[in-house]
Amino acid sequence: MIEKTIIRADVFAKATGAAMYADDLLFDAMLYVKTVMSSKSHAEIESIDCSEALAVPGVVAVLTAKDVQGKLCNPTERPILALDTVRYIGDGVALVIAESLAAAKRGMKKVKVNYLELPAVYDTEEALTDGAPIIHGTSNEACHWKVRKGNLAEGFAAADIVLEQDFTTQRVYHGHMETEICIAEPTPQGVNIYCPGKAPFYARQPVADALNIGLNQVRAIQPVVGGSFGAKGTDAGIIAARAAIAAKHTGRICKIIYSREESMVECTKRHPFKLRYKIGAKKDGTITAMEIYGLVDAGAYTSETKRTTARSCVEATGPYVIPNVMTDIIGVYTNTVSNDAMRGYGSPQVDACSEQIMDELAIKLGMDPVLLRRLNGLKEGSLSATSQVMTGVSLDECIDKLVEKFDWYERKERIAKSKKHGDKVRGLGMACMYRGEAMGAGAIDTAGVNIHVEKDASVKIYAGLNEVGQGGHTMLASVACLVLGISDKRISVARVDSAYVPDSGPTVASRGTVLAGNACQRAAEQIKEKLAILVAGNFKVKPEDLSFANEKIFITDNPEVSMSFEKAVQACYNAGKNVYGFGWWCAPDSWMDPDGGSCEPYFSYVYGACATEVEVDLVTGKTEVLAFAAAHDVGHALNVMEVENQICGGVSMGIGYALTEEILMINGRVDNPNFRWYVTPTAVDYGEIIPIIVEKPSKFGPLGAKGLGEPATSIVAPAILNAIRDAIGTRIYQMPASLEKVATAISANKGGKA
Amino acid sequence: MSEIILDMNINGENISIQVPSNMRLIDILRVKLRLTGVKEGCGEGECGACTIIMNGKAVNSCLVLGIQADNATIITVEGLAKNGEMDILQQKFIEYGAIQCGFCTPGMLMSAKALLMHNPKPSKEEIREAIAGNLCRCTGYTPITKAIEAAVKV
Repeated sequence: MIEKTIIRADVFAKATGAAMYADDLLFDAMLYVKTVMSSKSHAEIESIDCSEALAVPGVVAVLTAKDVQGKLCNPTERPILALDTVRYIGDGVALVIAESLAAAKRGMKKVKVNYLELPAVYDTEEALTDGAPIIHGTSNEACHWKVRKGNLAEGFAAADIVLEQDFTTQRVYHGHMETEICIAEPTPQGVNIYCPGKAPFYARQPVADALNIGLNQVRAIQPVVGGSFGAKGTDAGIIAARAAIAAKHTGRICKIIYSREESMVECTKRHPFKLRYKIGAKKDGTITAMEIYGLVDAGAYTSETKRTTARSCVEATGPYVIPNVMTDIIGVYTNTVSNDAMRGYGSPQVDACSEQIMDELAIKLGMDPVLLRRLNGLKEGSLSATSQVMTGVSLDECIDKLVEKFDWYERKERIAKSKKHGDKVRGLGMACMYRGEAMGAGAIDTAGVNIHVEKDASVKIYAGLNEVGQGGHTMLASVACLVLGISDKRISVARVDSAYVPDSGPTVASRGTVLAGNACQRAAEQIKEKLAILVAGNFKVKPEDLSFANEKIFITDNPEVSMSFEKAVQACYNAGKNVYGFGWWCAPDSWMDPDGGSCEPYFSYVYGACATEVEVDLVTGKTEVLAFAAAHDVGHALNVMEVENQICGGVSMGIGYALTEEILMINGRVDNPNFRWYVTPTAVDYGEIIPIIVEKPSKFGPLGAKGLGEPATSIVAPAILNAIRDAIGTRIYQMPASLEKVATAISANKGGKA
Repeated sequence: MSEIILDMNINGENISIQVPSNMRLIDILRVKLRLTGVKEGCGEGECGACTIIMNGKAVNSCLVLGIQADNATIITVEGLAKNGEMDILQQKFIEYGAIQCGFCTPGMLMSAKALLMHNPKPSKEEIREAIAGNLCRCTGYTPITKAIEAAVKV
């Protein structure tokens, strides 16, 4: 298999400061829009007085929900602006439009909203009790997914050991470096929106709904995107709709840019989970049963809660063969900031817990944690928790490579010999995963790519899937290079513009490589076929006798007979043919059974295994990740360097999730809406990251490739938490494992193993 | 708002500019001078995206008032390339895949440049320390530190 590392085309502009992000775009006579956010967790809006705000010099208009002619939102979804009820501190209430950002800010402070406060609920368990304030409809239950397999009672009866444990995972923030932003430009029939995000086509819908116009009148033009990680989806749609309303109202170009604080208060987060795990196993380590019950905080609106919790329910057992399973994952509304997709959505939460209970089981059985996972791990043809027959399973390959490259057993021996270093103790931990590829059951999972080969044989790729910074567009160039046997120097990839590219859904669910990559491969293969027919005629051979490589088309059995790619393209044009390809790819069927019966919720799965060595300071409770190794099966690494760097970035985000990151809420208010108190990892906060590429070609992906973005983060936290347990002899069940929690655990454990 | 006149040397060019007296340096650079390579990620000096070099030191331009930059010598990311050739740091960032979304890149480059201006042969630890005030959410810093190490070796 050919492996290539091509340099991303977008990095030259990014390295010189020339790349144009939304905030860098220059328009004349632009207006600025600020959102007045609810200061109440749950309240009815009695009245909104805009008069003082309108009197602020520079303020052009103040708009409320009543000024929106079209639809504000679907039921249970977050409105563009709240009409009569606010459901969390951050809900948009009014828009202040002004000649300058400063005037808009001044006006924002002068909008007077009279609220009739309603009782609020901030906790998922409380929200499900009788008499709790109801946030939507008649119940706070947003959704309830089930998985049922075998007979749970028999499974636990057959066990020699049963463990039961509660866990919680915290609410975290994407931390995209570029905050939410949109510029809306009114056009005679509609609006153009410059709104960086993961889902430019989705963002058009709330705009069209709010303005009562067709999607064909909303043109989404993507500037360079400064990071997503699952953010800039739902939020981008809402912000785009607000900017569009302002633009249509004033007839001028309107810009909304969020401050970091606004981003952290209003915009969506990762769902916090409360999970109870019960696991039964034989003395030899064979797992007999698993029971999982989870409450998921949806926040005030549905957003991506259903899809996130469905994924959690499917993946809750971890990558193991469990004959008897009962899983219930319930989404619950609370009066807190809405939760949505964030890198891995639904996987990291259950992975954190399933991999800790596995670790605990290994300790209780006195078994090597690697061996326990190998013993129970999914194999080719195994039945998953939803009784899906698993194919393309690569868990063992990931574990093998991890153990080898991380020197797992050597490290273990070394730590056993010298565990304590002054006031610090060391520990080792590991974790494994499987994860459904792409969006899964119930989603429209399709993508399209156009490729134009110009007369000079330069190539332009127009993809419907957005580049959010991850390198997805370079992946497309790699696919086209490999199919057509040409240099990446010929290729450029256009940024998404809904006027010219097919709707390919969002850049989420690690679906970019599989979905858009496949579409790109098909488009490139159409071009290849067109060129092959022409060249074959020239050489008097059959098209299938030809190969494409090194910028040439040649007879496979007689490489001396060749034509350059460039000449072939020109000959095609001269013959009156086009050199154009359009590829469309639709994910294979997937479905979920609402009653928990057997189903195939994802068409394919990816596998991974991670391990880490940590050092815990017994005085301060600080955990330092000394080394972290992450093995991921990517099927076929289309760009080795980018794959490795994607793993490093994912590990970094996972380290933050494990140790420091947490959105703190006090009575529904975000208490740390800034990077001073919301602590993401910096360059000095951890040691070496060792990315390990495993390649077991997928039968679904382009040239065998699989998605990676989210797997890279999914099992970082449990590996670290298991290593902390190994180091100090106590487990942290409530993430993150902050200094305070670890120090408390050490203190409680004095005289113990540490 | 009263206006002030600032004299500055920006990317090798002497300029004189009239700005509101309360204008932040980041806004002077981005809005008045259209040096939009300077990025704003938080406006509070926490993320480092707006890092520039002022009088030889890496500073967060969101925390500097324009008036504080009077008579200052300033380098932004736009001033790194010389005669059409990119600075070695820019070249190595590209070569090592240190740029993904790119929003932190200009600030990251300027912190690294300020380090190398004073300490041409920094250790790994010194490199990490120098960029500790620059947040990156994409790369995990690994390719960035490798790129800077590689630039040091040239």
